[in-house]
Amino acid sequence: MWSLTPAETAALLLSLKVAFWSVVVSVPVAIALAWVLSRLDFPGKSLLDAVVHLPLVLPPVVVGYFLLLLLGRRGPIGSLLDEYLGVTFAFRWTGAAVACAVMGLPLLVRAVRQSLDAVDRGLEDAAATLGAPPAWVFASVTLPLILPGILTGVLLSFARSLGEFGATITFVSNIPGETQTLPLAIYTFTQVPGGDAQALRLCILSIVLSLAALMASEILLRRANVRAAGRDA
Amino acid sequence: MLDVDVRCRVGGFALDAAFSTNAGVTALFGRSGAGKTTLLNLIAGLTRPESGRITVGGRTLYDAATGINLPAHARRVGYVFQEGRLLPHLTVRHNLLYGNYFNRKQSHVIGFDAAIELLGIAHILERRPGALSGGEKQRVAIGRALLANPEVLLLDEPLASLDAPRKAEILYYVERLRDELRVPIVYVSHSLDEVVRLANTVVLISDGKVLGAGELREIMSRAELRPYLGRHEGGAVIEAQVAGQDLESGLARLDFAGGTLEIPDVEGLPGERVRVRVRARDVSIATSRPTGLSIRNVLAGTVVALGEEDGPSLDVQLDLHGTALLARITRKSAAELGLRPGLPVFALIKSVSIDRRSVGYA
Repeated sequence: MWSLTPAETAALLLSLKVAFWSVVVSVPVAIALAWVLSRLDFPGKSLLDAVVHLPLVLPPVVVGYFLLLLLGRRGPIGSLLDEYLGVTFAFRWTGAAVACAVMGLPLLVRAVRQSLDAVDRGLEDAAATLGAPPAWVFASVTLPLILPGILTGVLLSFARSLGEFGATITFVSNIPGETQTLPLAIYTFTQVPGGDAQALRLCILSIVLSLAALMASEILLRRANVRAAGRDA
Repeated sequence: MLDVDVRCRVGGFALDAAFSTNAGVTALFGRSGAGKTTLLNLIAGLTRPESGRITVGGRTLYDAATGINLPAHARRVGYVFQEGRLLPHLTVRHNLLYGNYFNRKQSHVIGFDAAIELLGIAHILERRPGALSGGEKQRVAIGRALLANPEVLLLDEPLASLDAPRKAEILYYVERLRDELRVPIVYVSHSLDEVVRLANTVVLISDGKVLGAGELREIMSRAELRPYLGRHEGGAVIEAQVAGQDLESGLARLDFAGGTLEIPDVEGLPGERVRVRVRARDVSIATSRPTGLSIRNVLAGTVVALGEEDGPSLDVQLDLHGTALLARITRKSAAELGLRPGLPVFALIKSVSIDRRSVGYA
């Protein structure tokens, strides 16, 4: 009853793998985008802002379909990647990670940008007068101060990835062991007669997983906040 | 050492300032909003001037003519901000060492151990800034700037956010910096007390313009600058030498060209040079030497000029054998005594009117 079947274990591990890599890939991109949106002023900035936020408001199926068009074997970007780098995303778990990264990106960018806006620029000036070049100021002052925002964003996009359904199934289909993450497995069981009990087991697994992620991030966030506020730990 | 000649516009505010300073403490003095902090930001490279030139010890930091504009991190200008600006995520030790990562050479100004000893911060090295008092934060900020190997140290009203005991504490440490280190210090303040206590050289700033720059005594005695020094704070600065301490009465005797002053709360040893600010409103005038008087300082001199201010009071400029002194008296008294330039008079100064904050040690 309490042990997982091999198929369930496969779906769980795949979900974790996809969510993990989607976050790893999107964090640097999100920090760069958040920095550009927070610190620079240029024509077309609100357009960039809107494009970054699109996945938040579009139906996930639309995002998945566009990914398929762009990154599919015959897509303009997908064919280049395939030809020169030998990388394919279509119907692979890596494609699922890309879909999750795109869907989670706006959540990450928002969280990071908010904490970037709140950083006291005077501290960065102070570091510069002490001899720190701009890249060092970013790494040693800005980054530690926005760590709580990054952690919040990581949690949100990780949770979003665990629950991602529409974009994934549209872009990389529903292949057991390759692209069938937990939500896709749950969906599959609900579609076959007599699959209710198994669907429920996977639902409970999802809840446990999400709770664990929430609690872990809460602990990390508390530590990061203490540091960023300058209190003694 | 430091030469500044810059123009810039920030919003509706125009700054056009030129001054140069040597070793020791130079005070940038003026009211809030006069442009003092903007000037520091220009020197540190945090704000860019529109034209002009800034050099430190022969090194050009900014020169509009040749297009030189060193970024802030390459200027080696130590900057102690009003609010300290310690990096909150680092311990005091790592705040102090922050500048070291970028300077291969150790600070020529002071070493780490000497700095924490000088500033009295050895006991808080492992703490984070959030838990420090205002005075401790400023001491760490000063230490951090010194350890980054600066060629000039800028202090932007480091006492502004502190209460009176903390102010005295920081003033004491700034005095030690001035006396024990070789780095020139630019000290921004709107308090004449601090300026008198710390600075030899004063740059008087108002509305983005330098109204006067020079020795404290000279600036204080210039009649046209008097309105900018504060209505109730204006007066003369007397440079004197400690002649001796009378332990029984607690008064120090200070000799200067115009005579001897007896003043409480002077900590100097015999022979030490001190600056004493005598507010104009604390000086009375008598036409003959008075007797039966509690006032201990009665100094002979002559009237140089009478002020032409409107209102019930005026400032009388006196000459005490070469030392300038100002007395603020009522217009009515001046008329009744028949004061006129050249008249021999006696200046009367109550000892207790000169407190600890009016005395500086050169």
